[in-house]
Amino acid sequence: MRQEKLEYLQKKYESRLNPKEDVVMAAGMGGRPKGPHGGPHGGHGRKGMAGGKPKNVKKTVGRLFSYISQDKWKLMIVAFCVIGGTIANLAGSYVLRPVINGLTSENGSTSFLLKGILTMLGIYLIGILAQYLQQRIMITISQGAICKLRNDLFGKLQQLPVKYYDTHNNGDMMSRFTNDVDAVGEMLNNTVVQLISGTINIVGTFALMLYTNVWLTLVTIVMIPLMLKAVQFVGKKSRRYYSAQQAAIGTLNGYIEETVTGQKVVKVFNHEEESREEFEYLNTDLKGKLIRAQFFGGIMGPIMNGLSQVSYSLTACVGGILCVMRGFDVGGFTVFVNYSRQFSRPINEVAMQVNTIFSALAGAERVFAVMDEAPETPDQELAVGIEAEQDKNYYVIPKENPLAKSEGFMEDVVRQDERYYYKEMKGAVTLKDVTFGYTPEKTILKKVSLYAKPGQKIAFVGSTGAGKTTITNLINRFYDIDEGVITIDGIPVTELSRDSLRKNIAMVLQDTHLFTGTVRENIRYGRLDATDEEVEQAARTASAHSFIMRLEHGYDTMLEGDGANLSQGQRQLINIARAAISKAPVLILDEATSSVDTRTEKHIERGMDRLMATRTTLVIAHRLSTVRNANAIMVLENGEIIERGDHDDLLKQKGRYYELYTGLTELD
Amino acid sequence: MKRYWKYMKPYLSAFILGPVLMIIEVIGEVVLPKLMANIINIGAANHDVPYILSMGGAMLGVAAFMIIGGIGGAYFAAKASISFSSDLRSDVFDQVQKFSFANLDQFSTGSLVTRLTNDITQVQNMINMILRGMLRAPGMLIGALFMAFMMNYQLALVVLVVIPVLVLLIVIVIKTAFPRFEIMQKKLDALNSNIQEVLTNVRVIKSFVREEHEKERFATSNEELKQSSLNAFKVVILNMPIMMFMMNATTLGVVWFGGKQILAGTMPVGDLTAFTTYIVQILMSLMILAMILLQSSRALASLRRITEVLDAEINLTDENCSLPEKKVESGRVEFKDVSFRYYKDNQEAVLSHITFRVESGQVLGIIGSTGCGKTTLVQMIPRLYDVDEGQVLVDGVDVKDYSLKNLRDGVGMVLQKNVLFSGSIAENLMWGNADATKEEILQAAGAAQADAFISSFTEGYRTELGQGGVNVSGGQKQRLCIARALLKKPKILILDDSTSAVDTATEAKIRESFGSTLKDTTKIIIAQRISSVMEADRILVLDEGKIVGNGSHEQLLSECEQYQEIYYSQMDREVSAS
Repeated sequence: MRQEKLEYLQKKYESRLNPKEDVVMAAGMGGRPKGPHGGPHGGHGRKGMAGGKPKNVKKTVGRLFSYISQDKWKLMIVAFCVIGGTIANLAGSYVLRPVINGLTSENGSTSFLLKGILTMLGIYLIGILAQYLQQRIMITISQGAICKLRNDLFGKLQQLPVKYYDTHNNGDMMSRFTNDVDAVGEMLNNTVVQLISGTINIVGTFALMLYTNVWLTLVTIVMIPLMLKAVQFVGKKSRRYYSAQQAAIGTLNGYIEETVTGQKVVKVFNHEEESREEFEYLNTDLKGKLIRAQFFGGIMGPIMNGLSQVSYSLTACVGGILCVMRGFDVGGFTVFVNYSRQFSRPINEVAMQVNTIFSALAGAERVFAVMDEAPETPDQELAVGIEAEQDKNYYVIPKENPLAKSEGFMEDVVRQDERYYYKEMKGAVTLKDVTFGYTPEKTILKKVSLYAKPGQKIAFVGSTGAGKTTITNLINRFYDIDEGVITIDGIPVTELSRDSLRKNIAMVLQDTHLFTGTVRENIRYGRLDATDEEVEQAARTASAHSFIMRLEHGYDTMLEGDGANLSQGQRQLINIARAAISKAPVLILDEATSSVDTRTEKHIERGMDRLMATRTTLVIAHRLSTVRNANAIMVLENGEIIERGDHDDLLKQKGRYYELYTGLTELD
Repeated sequence: MKRYWKYMKPYLSAFILGPVLMIIEVIGEVVLPKLMANIINIGAANHDVPYILSMGGAMLGVAAFMIIGGIGGAYFAAKASISFSSDLRSDVFDQVQKFSFANLDQFSTGSLVTRLTNDITQVQNMINMILRGMLRAPGMLIGALFMAFMMNYQLALVVLVVIPVLVLLIVIVIKTAFPRFEIMQKKLDALNSNIQEVLTNVRVIKSFVREEHEKERFATSNEELKQSSLNAFKVVILNMPIMMFMMNATTLGVVWFGGKQILAGTMPVGDLTAFTTYIVQILMSLMILAMILLQSSRALASLRRITEVLDAEINLTDENCSLPEKKVESGRVEFKDVSFRYYKDNQEAVLSHITFRVESGQVLGIIGSTGCGKTTLVQMIPRLYDVDEGQVLVDGVDVKDYSLKNLRDGVGMVLQKNVLFSGSIAENLMWGNADATKEEILQAAGAAQADAFISSFTEGYRTELGQGGVNVSGGQKQRLCIARALLKKPKILILDDSTSAVDTATEAKIRESFGSTLKDTTKIIIAQRISSVMEADRILVLDEGKIVGNGSHEQLLSECEQYQEIYYSQMDREVSAS
């Protein structure tokens, strides 16, 4: 590799490959900048990085406990089994002492041996049974708990406002569902039980050792600080190299993902050699770090094992001398040697579990952090609902709602019962002096006012970032406005229940996301009770019927991976069908046909016209030909409507629209 | 297996030293109980303190060797496995770099990334585990069995009875558990893709008020996951009790038979202790062996996926080109009766019998509805795909006779699905020419109408682009991609629907600057908008892989039905309005 290239690469990756301790966590996130509305679209970050320290252990533990506490009696059994099993284990190895002593003494007999063996058998069986029961019950508890945890997290996700999604990373959320929940599950499955049984084991073994022989116990104790020191030293090293390794893996994987995604461009530019050099640099860097991390991760076992063998040897030597000098019994000696061999295992185990527990608790905290996010503000108490009856929609207005007392309210009330007034929904949309910003520092819309009469088509034209999409986000209350008022048929949207409001506004978005399922299911998403005929009718309206029929299984073709087997244009047509099947009186089309070629667009125009005829429609489009026949066109710039009128009016004004239309300025 | 030899050869010493050092640990572990038995049988029985001390010293020595062996083994195993996987990863990456477009279509991007990352890691872990356990577990098994037989063959028979039973039980457990784990993995994947889908579709869900519906859907697949996990774990947890039971049963057997021998005076009591230790060692190593096999079977699947990439036949190379030194000079392009299909068993050809010709310096427009083969057609020119029939000629020479490097250096192409890379704007543009001077960069950006907006950024050409260029708008991105291609100073420039997000006025300016700065370059422009190609010297109209119109705008307007249809779909209102 050329020297200058090497230096360049060193500089480029310096900060990512050698991060300071506390930024290691972020390094795996790919560090993508924020998307259009400040929403970051990073990849799956934090893979295998369920580390970190919990902030409030007590609170988190308490909250986690609530997930397993309804299984109280089961937990009791588990606790009982753990204690019983551990004691049985300890006792099992101790029983060997009298047996051996009996064998070496003068009056040893087969019947004595048989008695000893039967005792051992009983104890062993108890131990095994206890251990099996404990594991069997514990997995039921832990699986139940993480199932509930996932459901709760997902349920919360459904309540979060759109704003949350716009400002948080999807990859990060995925990682909470996978890595963090898994860490919690792992902890519930094994760690807790092992921690308890490990502790009992240590204490029990120690007590039995003391009981068997004090002097030998002292020999063993001498070894303990040495073992702990070794655990600490190796653990610290391995943690340090582990984070270096994670940062390097994150960087290399990021590079691989980016290059492979752009592989065709790499080829077109003959850039293979450069890619390889850069890859080689990162790969070599990773290699060194991996070896170190794996080495330190791998020597913990052998060192601990070796040290316990040292302790074993010392005990053997001292024990042997004690037998000679002090008449220590051979049975006791045998048992003790076994204990000292086993002693390091629970210590090691407990030391390792502490780390697992901390990372599980940190994971649990991240999960709970999402659950503690503020949900969408609840509907107000006397919210207005909307009910469908035959082909019409009616507002259901509680009589106590202050709206009912406003002037002229009673004029169009179609009927009333004890609690509600009923009014027909027509779909007139009005914005009055609406001011809004996603963040307080930056106002996106400034005093925007407009109206759409029922059945009218209103179009928005303007550069990216002018605020077109923002307006549609406000009408269905994805965001709430700062100032001004938005009404539908004179009722402020804040007075309507959110569900009723959204059910009656059908949206077709530019980002055409489909769900895993059949084409039919995807179209029916717009109205779950639609019949098969209605689904086909909607597809015909959107001119999607003919291409759907050409698919392998027609309407029953499975769409997978966001409809990867369809072209962008076809996906948009399915999106339109999805909106067409909904009976919502208000329709929002946000760049709905941007990927459909002009010939096809021409074909679906009639269907679209039919769709729009009965609905109030708000259209955002890049192609000016799409918006030409709108009743009114709003030209937006920097959050303000700078021109309005129909196509001919605007051309006559010779302003911004005229320039755009004739190609004098650019839209961007 | 032969193919992997090359990854082992350079690190052969580590591959050998790792297991060998591990064996030292094993030997120590097997020898220690014997020494211990000696202390009891000889030292304690004969009250021989110096003997006990010497045995103790020997034991300590052995323990020290074990630590050295263990640490060394860990080091060499890590070195061997990581060097192996690192070289393997390099080769897979190189192979992907060599891939043709057809190869790339065959593997999805996501699967290539997984193979390069996750799968390689799996293989690495497997090798590490095998190196550390390969000799260790069987070594321990054999060593412990050997010692046991040496000590007392009658007692050792007890162990021989137990081993087949244990092996059988473990096999049954694993065989039952494995398919259950596969089901669980599938359910987990389904759940994760469900979450992913919901996260990206949140606006759709909210606008159709389907939160409850989604919750139910999730709860169902969550419940299925829970059930399948329980099903799998239920079997796996049987492992431990079975193991414990067999271990305990053997111990009891040994104590019973051994005890009788001790009573009869045919066996020293110290051997009993050693024997119980050997039992634990034998059964443990069996368990570890089973674990290794289980883990390996997963890693083998990864290895298979990696091999698939390495084995993929690169179906487009320049090894047989007859004019490796030839460079593209004039930029004349000619198609002679070209036919092509992506999959050889497909009935319908994507391109059939395409014949046309563009002189150097001319502008060729290509138009037609989505899926008619426009993109495929232009990709034949830099030989991104090979034709099935016919010939593509550049400067009168078959593209197959050029070296790929020279051919592609001569052709600047802006792909429809274009990608920018993380790095500064200047770095991205310099993909076209790594040695470009500042003036050249400015000039290319100027011609692509990108200079103005780049300069408006506070960091100018040093502005950092995120991965995929997420922080510039669609139109800006397209203009950067054009500038990048212009820096190559190509003889043939291909724009595949590359100005769709650029407004008509700017697009016109780009075309204009092409006319002045790229006079000698052949320009091939695919477009949706008829206005983009109207002024071309020649326009091809494609429909279902065939040329249905070939001529100037005026000619086509009067002769070609499809062209008229496209024209009127875009123009009628605009013409009548202005």
